[in-house]
Amino acid sequence: MHLDAILLARLQFAFTIAWHIIFPSFTIGLASYLAVLEGLWLITKREAFDVLYRFWVKIFAISFGMGVVSGVVMSYEFGTNWSVFAAKASPAIGPMLGFEVLTAFFLEASFLGVALFGRQKVGPGLHFLATCIVAVGTLSSAFWIISANSWMQHPEGFVIDAHGRFVVVDWWKAIFSQTMPLRLAHMVMAAYLSTALVVGAASAFMMLKRQGHAESRIALRMAVGMALVVAPLQLLIGDTAGKQVGELQPAKLAAIEGFWDTRAHQPFDVVAWPDRAIQGDRFHIQIPEFGSVVTHGHADAVVHGLKELGGPQNEPPVFVVFWAFRIMVGLGVLMILQGLWGAVLWLRGRLDQSRLYLRFATLMGPAGFIAVIAGWTTAEVGRQPWVVYGLLRTADAVAPVGPAQVSISLLAFLIVYAIVFCVGALYILRLMAEGPLPVAQQPPPPDRAPGSPLAAAPQGETS
Amino acid sequence: MTLDLPLIWAGVLAVAVLLYVVLDGFDLGIGILFPFAGDDRERDAMMASIAPVWDGNETWLVLGGGGLMIAFPTAYAILMPALYLPVTLMLMGLILRGVAFEFRLHGRGRGKRFWTIAFAGGSLAAALAQGFVLGGFIQGIKVADDRFIGQPLDWATPYTLVVALGLVAGYVLLGAAWLLIKTDGPLHERARGWAQKAAVAVGAILAVVSVATLFIHPEIALRWGAGPQGLEQKRLLPLLPIPLMGLVGLMMAFFGARSREAHAHAPMVGAFLAFLSGYVGLAVGFMPYVVPYAVTYEQAASSPQALTLMLVGVAILLPFILGYSAWVYWIFRGKVAADAGYH
Repeated sequence: MHLDAILLARLQFAFTIAWHIIFPSFTIGLASYLAVLEGLWLITKREAFDVLYRFWVKIFAISFGMGVVSGVVMSYEFGTNWSVFAAKASPAIGPMLGFEVLTAFFLEASFLGVALFGRQKVGPGLHFLATCIVAVGTLSSAFWIISANSWMQHPEGFVIDAHGRFVVVDWWKAIFSQTMPLRLAHMVMAAYLSTALVVGAASAFMMLKRQGHAESRIALRMAVGMALVVAPLQLLIGDTAGKQVGELQPAKLAAIEGFWDTRAHQPFDVVAWPDRAIQGDRFHIQIPEFGSVVTHGHADAVVHGLKELGGPQNEPPVFVVFWAFRIMVGLGVLMILQGLWGAVLWLRGRLDQSRLYLRFATLMGPAGFIAVIAGWTTAEVGRQPWVVYGLLRTADAVAPVGPAQVSISLLAFLIVYAIVFCVGALYILRLMAEGPLPVAQQPPPPDRAPGSPLAAAPQGETS
Repeated sequence: MTLDLPLIWAGVLAVAVLLYVVLDGFDLGIGILFPFAGDDRERDAMMASIAPVWDGNETWLVLGGGGLMIAFPTAYAILMPALYLPVTLMLMGLILRGVAFEFRLHGRGRGKRFWTIAFAGGSLAAALAQGFVLGGFIQGIKVADDRFIGQPLDWATPYTLVVALGLVAGYVLLGAAWLLIKTDGPLHERARGWAQKAAVAVGAILAVVSVATLFIHPEIALRWGAGPQGLEQKRLLPLLPIPLMGLVGLMMAFFGARSREAHAHAPMVGAFLAFLSGYVGLAVGFMPYVVPYAVTYEQAASSPQALTLMLVGVAILLPFILGYSAWVYWIFRGKVAADAGYH
């Protein structure tokens, strides 16, 4: 009975956080993109940038709304489902989450209102400032949440007090824990890359429909440029972060690579079905010695294996971690290809004509989000069975709530999120199918036709 | 001199929650009033009157919940499991309400109708759920060894239902008062009626809740001077300004909405006073508990290190937040046009 509640609570957290992370990933990137577009518009006065801004800001508004409501859920779920974790870890991660509220959420919420509705109320400079502040807010949010999560991955700067709480005595160490800077870079790059892929996909789709569509040509080039630079950089950052994982969380690395035995000349699994129940692979294709080479640079290196942990109860669920990592890396490689291929076509002046590339770019639209979810799955499932690595087990962190309540809330989340996601995706895709319209051609929204009693009513200071 | 950090934090949280209740209160009230609007154009105007500010308003709830976890983790760890179902209901309501702002603009035909209903239903569900949370909080939580040991439905009592209805009426009053400031024409006329009815309802329910609360816990009755030997004037008299403030506030709201000559802001100020009165009145009953009658704010406090760091953050950042929030309200001041959107 108790076990059921833990499993349900974990499922619920996994579901709600995986659903949530899609939207911050998108809005972190998109907010910066909007700031760039508006800045370019103010400098160059080219209408295309304004058209693109007005187009993407609508999609931003929908995504941001979904991110906000699913984020509020997270801030209460720590208490409803993980109250022991909240009580013990709050003296450490509490302030980090608090600073996220104070330096990110309020900024984003207040200035997004100005960015969305204030065009006629503030001057262009102030409006641009509002857009920039929203972008800064999204980055600040990423900073603090990665700080909190990195502390859970590799806790530093604390002592354990009489109540078993993690009391931070060195905030610098706790906030900037060892893995934090690289993981922050990895996440922000992931957000930029995911956004570039979406922008690229929407533009490519538009160009398949209407060849030579002016705004889409610009946006596609911006996306290709982004992928060309950021995708390889992301591989480099990810690889460096992976080396750090090998050093600080050897069990996670062993799960990522499916290493069972601690040994030198570790073989590398190209494909495998690792199974905790049999403490080995049900099936694998291996390259001998390459496991040591890929993790430590030479074949003689001794690499830790999962069996060293003393039983399945101490191991992360290796199958999930192994495959989540491969999905992330596989998609990352495709993104690098997309950037390179696009750049070659661009140089040859054939970017707008290659229907094969435009189709590929369209299909890659959601790839960033899948990679982000796979990456977080690798990081979080790979940390198991710990919630605070090496110190607090997930099973000991759960709230004293019965499985019935957790089931009810899980079911409710599944239904509500399914509706919200499907409808949100539908509205976004519908906007993308319409594409960016020149300002003059934007139709007045229905139901708001001029001449209605309210439109005719005296409007005071409103414009 | 040493600062009483937990006490300061109790104050900070109290202010954050009060700000949330009043600010998102008028958003939720407008949602609850949605079905009673004359037509879709009026609903558009109602939504447009809060569209630029609702998200900032809701953020005070994140600060309230997050702040509880930061400052009083023990209380957070007891209250959330104890109030699991109403908190979940609140989150569901807030999700539907929040996405409806955007979705309703993009919906066509059936889609728009669905999100109109979702906006109203979500607002009502969130308001009721917050009432259940408040009622469940006041009536006390079963605790042993810093853990919740009660039943999942402990919060579901007639008392919490009355509190929830009272909160709904209060939010409706705030929402109507906001519309009196922000709208013109037929909608403004309609809002005058809503505000008057809501003021009467709030007065009636607040009276019932006030009396019922005296029977909820002997400690509360004692503090209000209703001891076993009858009324103790020495205790009651200093507290009397609290209910009087509520009465004055409700009268301001009622007569402010009734008279065409009254200042447009009078009902809003009145509604605020009524909320403040209820808020302080309840606080008198359970101070210094953060989990009523079980855990005090001192027992539940986080480490001094965490409280200090966060207090420095709050002291520096909160003035900015209040400043730019007020600036956003100022930018969007004045009557709202139904087509004030950006689409």
